[in-house]
Amino acid sequence: MSIEKVWVYAESEGDKPATSTLELLTKAREIATTVECVYVGDNADALAGALGEYGASKVHAVSPGDALPGVIGAAALVELVAAESPDLILFAQTYDARDAVARLSVRLDRTVLTNGGELRLDGDRVIVGTAIFGGNTIVDTAFTGEKPYLAMIRPKSFAAESASGSAAPVATVATPDAGRAGEAKVLERHVEEREGPKLEEAAIVVSGGRGIGSAEAYGPLVDELAKLLQGASGASRAIVDAGWVPYSKQVGQTGKTVKPKLYIALGISGATQHLVGMKGSDVILAINKDGEAPIFSVADLGIVGDVHKVVPKLIEAIQAHG
Amino acid sequence: MNIAVCVKQIPDPAVPGELNPETSALKREGKLILDDSDSYGVEMALQLVTAAGGGEVTLVSMAPNNETSGLRTALAMGAAKAVLVSDDTLAGSDALSTAKILAKSVERVGDIDLVLTATESTDGYTGTIPAQIAEALGWPSLTFAKSVAIADGKVKIQRQTEAGFDDVEAPLPAVVSVTAGVVEPRYPSFKGIMEAKKKPVDEVTAGDLGFNPDQVGWAGSHQEIVEVRAAPAREAGEKIEDDGESHARIVTFLEGLKII
Ligand SMILES: Cc1cc2nc3c(=O)[nH]c(=O)nc-3n(C[C@H](O)[C@H](O)[C@H](O)COP(=O)(O)OP(=O)(O)OC[C@H]3O[C@@H](n4cnc5c(N)ncnc54)[C@H](O)[C@@H]3O)c2cc1C
Ligand SMILES: Nc1ncnc2c1ncn2[C@@H]1O[C@H](COP(=O)(O)O)[C@@H](O)[C@H]1O
Repeated sequence: MSIEKVWVYAESEGDKPATSTLELLTKAREIATTVECVYVGDNADALAGALGEYGASKVHAVSPGDALPGVIGAAALVELVAAESPDLILFAQTYDARDAVARLSVRLDRTVLTNGGELRLDGDRVIVGTAIFGGNTIVDTAFTGEKPYLAMIRPKSFAAESASGSAAPVATVATPDAGRAGEAKVLERHVEEREGPKLEEAAIVVSGGRGIGSAEAYGPLVDELAKLLQGASGASRAIVDAGWVPYSKQVGQTGKTVKPKLYIALGISGATQHLVGMKGSDVILAINKDGEAPIFSVADLGIVGDVHKVVPKLIEAIQAHG
Repeated sequence: MNIAVCVKQIPDPAVPGELNPETSALKREGKLILDDSDSYGVEMALQLVTAAGGGEVTLVSMAPNNETSGLRTALAMGAAKAVLVSDDTLAGSDALSTAKILAKSVERVGDIDLVLTATESTDGYTGTIPAQIAEALGWPSLTFAKSVAIADGKVKIQRQTEAGFDDVEAPLPAVVSVTAGVVEPRYPSFKGIMEAKKKPVDEVTAGDLGFNPDQVGWAGSHQEIVEVRAAPAREAGEKIEDDGESHARIVTFLEGLKII
């Protein structure tokens, strides 16, 4: 069972494809005969090796200039779709891809299935599975309209696996005129500094919630434990909204999805919107002073206790462990 | 400066959600409230209009059963008036149809410089509607704003990114989606609540906006729910009370995982 042509809307991190792009390519390969990428950026040649390795046989590349990339992506895709008729276009649920797929959906008059966590074929039907209610329930939805189908998939839904393919040839597409939409310009980029591994890629994630009590407690409790275990520190939305830590640390429905080997939740209640971002972790450890907190329903080890008492002792014990 | 704010009226998120067994869509029958995520857009709009020294804030909402309770909350905060699109044919609308309806409603208000939305709704969270509205209007959109400033006919925001944030800018009219925390929403005053009861709400149907029944609702959504199933459940493991020594249990646990 397969469909003909699947495109992946590729994104990059520096001169490498984003992990979410490689995840989508791996899945696309499984269901399609032909897999190609569409990429908005000026460094397509640097990415072509890895994109090919993961299964792309071609990269359609377009330069955004100083315009918001998603807008240019959508305008370029309108023309590419007309010329090449892909059956399905996959987007990762990221900032720029969201802009691109949203505008494209209006231009092509196609629905978008969003927040996908699974993707499969049933005969010639393309079905997207979406987790709702904090991941307790999965809704399978099939496209019924005309192709191309547009689907947006949450990062970390599939494992990225190399296909040992050779570098994909790059076909440069002229920057389209995006009309008034193209008047949105990027003036300057600011990169927040980060120590240690990336949150989405870390093998160990230690997250703090409102139960840590104050912004000042985040360093000595959460950051410290994360650093000691060579992991990354994360957060619940409650403390991001409170301004204790930057948004880039948020785990959950509106933040990042993480799937580490070990997830440690400190003073986090376990609201469904948080669980959906970390339930896929191999092992979960939770410390919460409320024995009834929902986080315990997913924890492999749950400690009913005060983070201010347990964590400092734990840090000391790990340090002594050597 | 005239600003339209898209506000969604949703079932109380504190009450566990339920699916309609017949349509597998989220039940939206009961009383609806203002999506908390949209209170930031309302506040932002009120502040921008004040800063501009004139103009007004108009709310735009699509909701079942001519629901207005969420709108009244936002009117009580200080918005001047509202357009409410409500029509049985709209049930089951996908994000695209919803965005087309909202874009037409903005055009119906007329003379709008800026449309504000949240980045995603609490109950639907597709996050595509803001840019879809912009494309339907033919306007630029700046999404994921963590700050918004207007000067010289342009809107400039700090846009959240994977790596940090970008400064981005577009000429008005434009659509901007704002993240939670962009401003601190005010609480409606008693006076505001009383005044809100008398503020005008323009109630329209999809037909009034020029849509045929086959363009919206289930018919226009081009998708079909084929199955609703339970996700593989995660078992709760061991749970212990801290007796002052639980860190030792955690150390053993981490050793077992070969982490230390
Ligand atoms: C549309 C939408 C999207 C959302 N997206 C996200 C998201 O992406 N990520 C996210 O995290 N949330 C998200 N939320 C918010 C979510 O619903 C919760 O409000 C949030 O996760 C709660 O954060 P928390 O657990 O830190 O705080 P709380 O719910 O306040 O829990 C604090 C916990 O700390 C415990 N505690 C208190 N003191 C101590 C102590 N001394 N020691 C140990 N434990 C202690 C308490 O028992 C409690 O369980 C979203 C909500 C909406 C509506
Ligand atoms: N029915 C609606 N009425 C008014 N505004 C809406 C509606 N649906 C979505 N929006 C706006 O669009 C944003 C994104 O919604 P969504 O794409 O559903 O995540 C919401 O936060 C609202 O600001």
